[in-house]
Amino acid sequence: MLPNEIYDKLKTEFGDAVIEFDDKQPTDPFILISADNLFDICHTLRDKDEFLFDYLMCLTWMDFAENVGVVYHLYSMVFKHKIVLKVIVPKSDPKVPSVEMIWRTADWHEREAYDLIGVQFEGHHNPIRILCPYDWEGHPLRKDYEAPEYYHGMKVSY
Amino acid sequence: MSDKKRLDLEYSQLESDRMRINVGPQHPSTHGVLRLEVEVEGEIVTEVVPHLGYLHRCFEKHCEKMTYPQVLPYIDRLDYISAMNNEWPYVMALEKLMDIKVPDKVEYIRVIMAELNRIANHQIAVATFGLDAGAFTPFLFFFRDREYIIWILEKMSGARLLYNYFRVGGLAADVYPGFKEDCLNIVKQVRKTNAEVMDLLIYNKIFIQRSANVGILMPDVAINFACSGPVLRGSGVKYDLRKDEPYSIYDRFDFDIPVGTGEVGVVGDCWNRNIVRVYEMEQSCRIIEQAVAQMPDEGDVKALVPKRIRPPKGEVYMRAENPKGDLGFYIVSNGTDKPERIKARGSSFVNLSVIPEISKGYMFADLILILGSIDIVLGEVDR
Repeated sequence: MLPNEIYDKLKTEFGDAVIEFDDKQPTDPFILISADNLFDICHTLRDKDEFLFDYLMCLTWMDFAENVGVVYHLYSMVFKHKIVLKVIVPKSDPKVPSVEMIWRTADWHEREAYDLIGVQFEGHHNPIRILCPYDWEGHPLRKDYEAPEYYHGMKVSY
Repeated sequence: MSDKKRLDLEYSQLESDRMRINVGPQHPSTHGVLRLEVEVEGEIVTEVVPHLGYLHRCFEKHCEKMTYPQVLPYIDRLDYISAMNNEWPYVMALEKLMDIKVPDKVEYIRVIMAELNRIANHQIAVATFGLDAGAFTPFLFFFRDREYIIWILEKMSGARLLYNYFRVGGLAADVYPGFKEDCLNIVKQVRKTNAEVMDLLIYNKIFIQRSANVGILMPDVAINFACSGPVLRGSGVKYDLRKDEPYSIYDRFDFDIPVGTGEVGVVGDCWNRNIVRVYEMEQSCRIIEQAVAQMPDEGDVKALVPKRIRPPKGEVYMRAENPKGDLGFYIVSNGTDKPERIKARGSSFVNLSVIPEISKGYMFADLILILGSIDIVLGEVDR
């Protein structure tokens, strides 16, 4: 199924929750959806017979000055089609529903996203840091991040 | 953080016959600086909690400060055992953004380099897996052979392990005289050693008793965890990007995708994951033979390499079949010569996340074997 067909089907089912479809080259076509309906849309995409997106290739994020975007790359093992979902939330209150219950691979990806950009995944069973030390402060991949001068009395050289 | 569940359980909660054992980060059987917190009941593993980050070096943050060609050497250091394969999806992603069509000769050299490196990686994987099970001789056999492959890669790129050889739109250097003969000799040698190892290790009764029926990963669980590479194929899922989504020129070659069949043990156990790697070496040999036969002699490998790499605004996700699984690069370009964002989706990171799921209920010694059969490299896990 082509990305625009997937968009049309989602639009009829979820209405305003599906905000925008973008297929301007050279960007991969993506669908922008609202954070509130993310879990339902992902659930539909995995379980409905015409989509069957059973493979979450990648979960990543983007820093847009005021906002944070979370990007989901989905793939279907059965139909071999793919789609990119995007959610944009304000940086002051970055709350996104967790999709860990749908694709269990999202567990570590979401922990990484929390660790490095500070997105709060609501419903995640264990939202702790994964790459940085557990007591690290700040979220390093934010563009405005400044490394602390000292960590446990040791000078942070970078 | 105080209201959230921490992974470190309170010791007072443990029952009297349960024990908490720390494995790593400095331990040879964890294949790097991985730390596992293991809870055992007697000798049975009841819970495994991996702690990562001992090799975290802010790869993605560094990328934002560097130009595109400067990122390339850092990419070698993700999965430092198969550096050639790592560079490929990155340059492919940039070529897709910049709309560059790579010449045929470059594609053939890339395929040969990647497949040679795949053989070298699988040799290490099978060798160290044998080492985990207590077999030392195959380790020496494989490392002897791997050295010949490394020599070819060194002659091509000038470096032994971290090559920095691919370029956007081309390669750093052309082939040297006698390259084709060297490749064909390697293929012969690899096949000879594999035949020996089949008798010595793979069908060895002790090895089978040790690795069959251990660490069973069901296919649906593997897909849900987004496993890839030999870990997924060992569970019987016939999924290989070189066939399912042929990038570059892989559609021109005739090769098979080996999957775990349950010939010994059951589908998805350590033995089946391991045998997939041995069979894949043979398939790589076939690809190399065909590529060497088809490769054109004329052509300039640097003709299309741009002077300045300035991709247009846009974002792209490109993945390729690495020896350890899918390696994906998500590149966001803002129109300048520095990337806005680069995300590396490492296969080791994803494959490792399945460890707590598949190692429960086995003996503690089997945990080491399961970890060996997943074939992780910590450079890619921690990035």
